[in-house]
Amino acid sequence: MFNEVRNNKIKSVVLISVFIILIAGLGAGIGGLYGSFYFGVAMAVIFASIYAIIAYYSGDSMLLSLSGAKEATKKDYPYLINTVEGLAVAAGLPTPKAYVIDDTALNAFATGRDPQHASITVTTGLLKALNREELEGVVGHEMSHIKNFDVRFMMLTAVMVGIIMLMSDLLLRSFLWGGKGGSNDKKGGEITIILVVIGLVLAVLSPIIAQLIQMAISRKREYAADANGAILTRYPPGLANALKKIAKDPDPLVDKANKATAHLYISTPFRKKQSWLTTMFSTHPPIQERIKRLEAM
Amino acid sequence: MNTLAIVLIIIAVIVLFVIVLYNSLIRLRNQVKNAWAQIDVQLKRRNDLIPNLVESVKGYMKHEKTVLEDVTKARSAILAAETVEAKGKASNVLSKTLKSLFAVSENYPQLKANENFMQLQEELSGTENKIAYSRQFYNDIVMTFNTKIQTFPDNIFAKMLNFSAEASFEATAEEKKNVKVQF
Repeated sequence: MFNEVRNNKIKSVVLISVFIILIAGLGAGIGGLYGSFYFGVAMAVIFASIYAIIAYYSGDSMLLSLSGAKEATKKDYPYLINTVEGLAVAAGLPTPKAYVIDDTALNAFATGRDPQHASITVTTGLLKALNREELEGVVGHEMSHIKNFDVRFMMLTAVMVGIIMLMSDLLLRSFLWGGKGGSNDKKGGEITIILVVIGLVLAVLSPIIAQLIQMAISRKREYAADANGAILTRYPPGLANALKKIAKDPDPLVDKANKATAHLYISTPFRKKQSWLTTMFSTHPPIQERIKRLEAM
Repeated sequence: MNTLAIVLIIIAVIVLFVIVLYNSLIRLRNQVKNAWAQIDVQLKRRNDLIPNLVESVKGYMKHEKTVLEDVTKARSAILAAETVEAKGKASNVLSKTLKSLFAVSENYPQLKANENFMQLQEELSGTENKIAYSRQFYNDIVMTFNTKIQTFPDNIFAKMLNFSAEASFEATAEEKKNVKVQF
């Protein structure tokens, strides 16, 4: 457990460093093109550092509002709140906040920078479909993500991957828009160079992004959370039955989930029939294998 | 001179070891105390809910006086209990009487439909689970603590420093079958 906590803390620092270096590289490229290499780097580092600080302290609220999650009150969701409180007691952690996403899909995720600033989110569909033991299983799984600081690394990955994807998108679009201009004047040559640089940057970035997501999801992490969650509830069939219901969910698409946030969820929030792109990004362990391992406990 | 240095180094190492051990034992023992306080919080919460429950049930269950009396009695027994063992036993008795109260309530459809009763039932079953979880956590911490002070070489110094094993809860026969408490 302590090893996992330390691992996640180190990985988080590495992730932030890689992010700042990547953005600095991008700044160097753009700055170099316009004749001011150092200015570009300096601006990029300042921007990336500020963004990293924001990501660390309020990445969880960013992700929660992106996912359309609303804080659950004791009055409206006594069942959920009691379950979260119970498992916090079992894990010896402060009670995380509980959030609800109004969506029929069965899914859940945890986020936050540490156990003192963490939250657990479930869909209303999940609340409706699961009985108490099953819900405890799911909440136990999320609680162990919180306990060993998986949440910090996963949150940072989501927020940083999100911004890189957004920027790649913006760059591509601004190139397409700019490309319409006259190609005969002096500017045309510059744009061609920018195009080449952007192409190169994107070519470099994409596999790195994929790798980052891969690292964040890692099957080991999910299996470990399943096992630790079962230790918390002392009742592996609870989570196993919940996963069975999740596997049978006819419409697993969580409307507001995207590629950057998908790895947070307990099960892939996309449709079953996946395009090659989502398959590449979705490295959730196969749900049947998780059920089998839980039932063997 | 050389031997003196060696002796001094050995003494220093032992002193350092004892300091580290002492601090970690104190930390663990405080965790045990804190875990114990957590159980108390949950037991108190349940005790606070019971008068409301009895109040809301009374009107409907006129013929079930004994069940209600049992619950009230078991509630006061917890307040009187002080040791880990006594508290555990009293708490189990209360859990059992509550269970039979909710079982009897099945015969009163009007009561079951009562909003206030439904809320109390959810609160009580949530609290029962929290009690079970806080006991589980307490037992885990106590086991870590006890293992530490009973294994070599920590046991030698633990005894000298006056640390002794803490008591843990015995699981009831029912709990062994199924950890979950469901009404």
